[in-house]
Amino acid sequence: MHSFGYRANALLTFAITILAIMCAMASVSDNFNSLSPTSEVQVWNINWFRKKPDGDDEVSLTLNISANLESLFTWNTKQVFVFLAAEYGTPKNALNQVSLWDGIIPSKEHAKFSFHTTNKYRFIDQGSNLRGKNFNLTLHWHVMPKTGKMFADKIVMSGYRMLEAYR
Amino acid sequence: MDWQGQKLAEHLMQLLLVCFAVVAFITGYMLGSFQMMMLIYAAGVVLTSLLTVPNWPFFNRQALKWLDPSEAEKHPKPQPAISGPKKKTAKK
Repeated sequence: MHSFGYRANALLTFAITILAIMCAMASVSDNFNSLSPTSEVQVWNINWFRKKPDGDDEVSLTLNISANLESLFTWNTKQVFVFLAAEYGTPKNALNQVSLWDGIIPSKEHAKFSFHTTNKYRFIDQGSNLRGKNFNLTLHWHVMPKTGKMFADKIVMSGYRMLEAYR
Repeated sequence: MDWQGQKLAEHLMQLLLVCFAVVAFITGYMLGSFQMMMLIYAAGVVLTSLLTVPNWPFFNRQALKWLDPSEAEKHPKPQPAISGPKKKTAKK
């Protein structure tokens, strides 16, 4: 502590170490958040369902997505990344997950939503397995923190069935 | 700074930073505002650096005790050997 530079260095080092500890504590505090997200997805319309020239099935859907993800937000949340995936099994793949829509929720005010949309990304199968297929629509989310650990979870909604024939 | 002043500066710096960190964290958590925590802590770091880093007079209250000049004369500085055999004499 005998010189200006020595004291300045000691102060800054200690201050930054304490800052790191505060950020770790903020991340730990996220574990005490009780989560109660809800969501509901309806297939409003199947716009078309075809077999592509290369042999793969493709379907275009209009979806009604509504969800309430407000409980996911804490003081340490930067944003929530959410996406909707269609999940089903085929003889070739035990599990297929096709992302149909995603979005970024920047704050708690935007976390309760309900809207119609066609699928943002194409729903293409690896093969020709979609006719009459039962599939789940799963809403996944990633809670991205300001500092620390990211939490990810999902809600599985089942009971959807594709058309029996191409349209 | 004198010795006591250095000790005071170090302890004051550590205490102030920890206190500001605790206050900042609790305030931020209660308000649900990460930004508030950062602002309070940043203000605390600036305040602490203004208080403990510069050489304020109150850090220099107990002056260092230097040796008396007469005591120093009793123990003259050893002269370097100019010529002759190199003989190391133990001189204080």
